[in-house]
Amino acid sequence: MNRSRKILVYRHAAITRLTHWINVLALTLLLMSGLNIFGAHPALYWGQKATFAHPWVLIAAEQHGQHTVGFTQIGSMKFNTTGVLGYSGKVGEFEQVAFPSWATVPSYRDLADSRHWHFFFAWLFVINGLVYWLVGLASGHIRNDLLPNGHDIAPKNIWHEIAIHARLKFPKGEEARRYNVLQKTTYLGVVLVVLPLMVLTGLCMSPGFNAATPWLVDVFGGRQSARTIHFITAFAIVGFVLLHLFMVVASGTWNNIRSMITGRYAIVTDKPGAST
Amino acid sequence: MSLLANRRGWLRAGLASAGALVLGACDKITSDPRSIAFLQSAEGLTRRAQRLVVDRKALAREFTHADISPDFRPNGSIDPTDADYVALKTKGFSDYRLVIDGLVERPLSLSLEDLRQQPSRTQITRHDCVEGWSSIGKWTGARLGPLLDQAGLKKTARYIVFHCGDTLEQTLDGSGQYYESIDLIDAYHPQTILAYAMNDSVLPVSHGAPLRLRVERQLGYKQAKYIMRIEAVEDYRHLGRGNGGFWEDRGYEWYAGI
Repeated sequence: MNRSRKILVYRHAAITRLTHWINVLALTLLLMSGLNIFGAHPALYWGQKATFAHPWVLIAAEQHGQHTVGFTQIGSMKFNTTGVLGYSGKVGEFEQVAFPSWATVPSYRDLADSRHWHFFFAWLFVINGLVYWLVGLASGHIRNDLLPNGHDIAPKNIWHEIAIHARLKFPKGEEARRYNVLQKTTYLGVVLVVLPLMVLTGLCMSPGFNAATPWLVDVFGGRQSARTIHFITAFAIVGFVLLHLFMVVASGTWNNIRSMITGRYAIVTDKPGAST
Repeated sequence: MSLLANRRGWLRAGLASAGALVLGACDKITSDPRSIAFLQSAEGLTRRAQRLVVDRKALAREFTHADISPDFRPNGSIDPTDADYVALKTKGFSDYRLVIDGLVERPLSLSLEDLRQQPSRTQITRHDCVEGWSSIGKWTGARLGPLLDQAGLKKTARYIVFHCGDTLEQTLDGSGQYYESIDLIDAYHPQTILAYAMNDSVLPVSHGAPLRLRVERQLGYKQAKYIMRIEAVEDYRHLGRGNGGFWEDRGYEWYAGI
């Protein structure tokens, strides 16, 4: 007789949970202090040097007759972003600032302090990431849980996962014990590519570090390109987090949050004798 | 109806005050000097890590003529109004003397002509402002290391201080005078020069005439302009507000390698 039962499986090791939440803290503060730092020179360029008259991204404010208008310029496109980008603040107290005060740490424009926040949490982020990598490699977490296996990368399986994800129907029962191929590739991409890219492009803005590894700056096409890629990658992480949060909610908010706190994830199984 | 409106009003007020509470709490934390002091503990780690991975003689990247910025941005003071400086400028810096003193065996006083006779170096390097932009320029100047050797550093000398001719901020106690300091590793770095020429011309006033520091591998605010006096010291705590430089006194890192 088959009976479906809800069982709790141990899904996330303590080190995964710990490094996950430290990452949440570090990335949040890195983003918010980074947006404040950006405000000191709210323009982006490509190459080694700034071309002040021709930034490819510019967030600023300008006078339109009696009014000040905040604008965001990307390439040849220009948008009015008053209230959010370029010109924002409390009602009646708008000021020229790239990102609004609610998005930055500290809330007021302060390059010196935002750099202190940024570099402190950069260290926390790097140390946390190294711990995750070392433990993940030693314990087999990265190899066993994140590296797609032969079954995962079969085109039929990939197509199947895309199809059920698109309908927001997620793997159930035994299949939910492990990450599916979309989760694996996304997490692996974030852990091995996107987050390290953030650190490397950040280091490439350091004139001290540049002297040690000038070739690395060339890999990114120059210091200003590295700054640009740092900025783009930051928003790629924001995009990932938004998608991640959406998926958490869509596939069971409390079950997911519990699993990242206690490690236990509930699955519904109809396999007789499935152990708890 | 009014109950509903009221409830909505309460809800809105509640959310607004909760938001204000969170933001207020954040501001309290972020503006507390103790939290900043705690965060600044990472600066020592950064400096030591960089000193560890960057060889003390490793050169900053040098570029070609084609890379020179046509729009190198002058920053900070761009035309000092200090009386002594204006007097020197009016006479084309013919009366200028660079003083090198402090913890040295033989204090020096050098004219611009004397400086041009010193072992020199020309380099096309990238200037990285703490704000985030970069410009590339060509600098020619006297190497600082040989000059310090001529003056003969005493054993107790640990830092080299640059006293500048510009007041960047008007203050009552004179702490708005620009100054900077570097350690002996950077002072003796082969690319550390006292530049009197920029892009094959006499150094312009906006970029620090008659003499500015180039200490490549650090950010723009370390590149002191309008240098009047170089002092070898054991410690810089008695200068300015005690943090080793104008911008350091205003919260920026003394080690500006990142």
